[in-house]
Amino acid sequence: MRIRVNFSKTEVIKYSSHLDLYRAWERWLRRAELPLTYSKGFKPHPHINLACALPLGFTSENDLVDIWLENTVPLDDIYQGLIHTAPPGISINYVEEIPSQTPSLQKQLIASEYIITLHKPVTELQDKINLLKNSETIWRERNGKKYNLRPLILEITSQQEPISGKQQLIIKLKAQANATGRPDEILLSLGIDPQNTKIHRQKLILDDNS
Amino acid sequence: MKTPYSVKSKLDTILPRVQKPGRYVGGELNQVIKDWSSISVKIALVFPDIYDIGMSNLGLAILYELINQRTDTLAERAFSPWLDMEALLREENIPLFSLETAHPLSEFDIIGISLPYETLYTNTLNLLDLSGIPLFSNQRNDSHPIVIAGGHATFNPEPMHAFIDAFVIGEGEEIIHEIIDQYQIWKNHSNDKQQLLFQLSQIKGIYIPSFYRPVYSTDQRISHIEKLTEFAPLPVIKRIVPKLPPPPTRFIVPMIDTVHNRIPVEIMRGCTRGCRFCHAGMINRPVRQRSVDEIITAIDLSIKNTGYEEVGLLSLSTSDYAHITELIDTLNARFCNKHLNISLPSLRIDTFSVELMNALKTNRRGGFTLAPEAATERMRNIINKPVDNNQLIETCKAIFSRGWPTIKLYFMIGHPLETMQDVEKIVLLCKDILFAGRSVIGKRAQVNAGVSTFIPKPHTPFQWVACDTPDRILEKQALLKKGLRGPGLKLTWNSPENTMLEAWLSRGDRRMSEVIYEAWKRGAKFDAWGDQFLYNIWQEAFCVVGIDPAFYTHRERPIDEIFPWDHINAGIHKKFLIQEYMFSKQAITRGDCRHICYACGILPTFNDLRRQYSGDAWCCPEVTIPQPQSSANNGAFSPLSKSP
Repeated sequence: MRIRVNFSKTEVIKYSSHLDLYRAWERWLRRAELPLTYSKGFKPHPHINLACALPLGFTSENDLVDIWLENTVPLDDIYQGLIHTAPPGISINYVEEIPSQTPSLQKQLIASEYIITLHKPVTELQDKINLLKNSETIWRERNGKKYNLRPLILEITSQQEPISGKQQLIIKLKAQANATGRPDEILLSLGIDPQNTKIHRQKLILDDNS
Repeated sequence: MKTPYSVKSKLDTILPRVQKPGRYVGGELNQVIKDWSSISVKIALVFPDIYDIGMSNLGLAILYELINQRTDTLAERAFSPWLDMEALLREENIPLFSLETAHPLSEFDIIGISLPYETLYTNTLNLLDLSGIPLFSNQRNDSHPIVIAGGHATFNPEPMHAFIDAFVIGEGEEIIHEIIDQYQIWKNHSNDKQQLLFQLSQIKGIYIPSFYRPVYSTDQRISHIEKLTEFAPLPVIKRIVPKLPPPPTRFIVPMIDTVHNRIPVEIMRGCTRGCRFCHAGMINRPVRQRSVDEIITAIDLSIKNTGYEEVGLLSLSTSDYAHITELIDTLNARFCNKHLNISLPSLRIDTFSVELMNALKTNRRGGFTLAPEAATERMRNIINKPVDNNQLIETCKAIFSRGWPTIKLYFMIGHPLETMQDVEKIVLLCKDILFAGRSVIGKRAQVNAGVSTFIPKPHTPFQWVACDTPDRILEKQALLKKGLRGPGLKLTWNSPENTMLEAWLSRGDRRMSEVIYEAWKRGAKFDAWGDQFLYNIWQEAFCVVGIDPAFYTHRERPIDEIFPWDHINAGIHKKFLIQEYMFSKQAITRGDCRHICYACGILPTFNDLRRQYSGDAWCCPEVTIPQPQSSANNGAFSPLSKSP
């Protein structure tokens, strides 16, 4: 049985890495006593596939993980089992069964949508966004490699947080193998220090055709 | 004063700027948060190294669970911040805070510091300083928390006497409740800290350093220990639990990677082998075991509570656990389909151990560890760890043939009466084992030798022995480095400087606290970290205080010398230690004391407890005629008669 869990990673655990999150899932599933399938070999690992790494310090919702089970378990039992053994910081939105031949999450994933709250006001934000949108190329360097950020930006808009009145950016970025945009890179190219912001990934967009 | 809110809001701006911010946020599974305002006694449990190391400490986990089971008390955790975080805390003026509720440490009633080893001392000072708590006990007033320390290192509490209000000598499981009870009584009646210290001093196993004063002779040695308060106990006898309580099962599960990601289950406490260099083997007597049922129940519950994928069965000598085969069989039957890794540290050198590990079917790439400690029969007889070299090689062959390509061997250099031939034999033995391995599995065979340097620890039969000088250590290490190279061989060793520091700190007297303070003031911290340890600073500190460090480490002590730790009684008679010391000089061994009692003193010291817990509750043989107990012989602070 292959299940897909839609979950959120909240403030409490935002400083855990992708590997940390994987381990947290592994232990969580063991606590819930679900019949995990394991890889073969010297150090067997349970078959758990997280859609997309989230950088340290970011929070998320509508995050996705695929889990393979030895046998069929009623979805409600899985949900209840997970709820009762949940670690702090991860909450489950829903669990669904998916066909076992469904392509991997990495293959299905095409884009991620982020909402970024700016703690310090940024002047002429809209102008800066327009400038960015109108550029044909935005050269950035990451880990010593030069790349063009512009084609990775699918959408970018701004809004005001209704309660605090803080400025927010809503950004849709490509998220495919070798073509994944990082929201902090966008902030830097807008002249905003990512440390003065709160970055939240609110949606993973999958390719419906695959 | 910083409230938790202001600490937390500042953290948000700081944490993105440090390595592994997950160390400083708490919030893990099984963390306990209580209502701060409705709890009367608040304890900060502090491990003076980083989160990654402290979270793997079993003592801390035991106390955390025990304290938080009480409704009137809360325990929260704090660790040393790493250098980057410390710099930011100091820059932003944020006091060190607890992980659970971000309360500054100064707002707790009790600070409980875990000191399992000596190289945490400067970090302890640093932690107090980061908390805005005066370092010296006599500079703290009634508004400050009371600072208590415990752990193996505190069996010689004197080097830290100036900084700690009260030491717990021995095991913490029962005494922690008595400390809290006395604190409650005191809090309702008084706010005078001296009164609290007095009450604590009446608990068995508590040492209040300010109630005692060592008197030194003109030659700098201790002439005697004076009590400054009539009711202070002398000696202070260590505390034990007569029966091991159920092990903890609600371990906090860190979100980030730590040193040991596993469920630690202590299957047995203490060791009956009597290796003469071994501090743990001397201070953890008598041997007490947990039942197989209790261990299995604990593992079962711990897996449900944590989801951990590994269990470590802990003890000083796992193969000596009386029901080890039954335990392994039961574990295999019960958890074989659950992908549970089981680790068995501290195995005896025999094929039985290999069969045990073989039965576990665990991952074998990590290698198999054995601790022969010395390479010649003469040397092993001196240290009382008799193993036949043929038996060692046969065991190694069995290990290689059962699928472990790597064998790790622990040795020590610097044992008393060691010659260069004894050191040379380490090289030859490793080569013999590698040769044996190649005959079994060919070129895949690998022998890793970890050679540490012996330190004569307090309360052991070798406490009278002098340490090797750094030059001598280097000479021995050069021999090893020359011999143990080439394919299939690997050598690791400790720098002589590190060894010296550990020796000074573990053997020092009260004057050592000035040295620790001076070293800390000059920037010493994280001394346990090879890359952070600054030897020059320590030499400077000794110089400023005006003590020659060789006084502590390079003097063979006369039998009647009074040690700085002699008023701390580990339940072992000094005459037993002397006897063992004399036997070592004649290379006479003594066997497993499970079968025959050598009258170490533990039974007469705790005869009241032994009467309540007779039979096999302790692994001591029944002794019908109690050992004659004369205060002149077991009292550690009066000059002793000559050797037996």
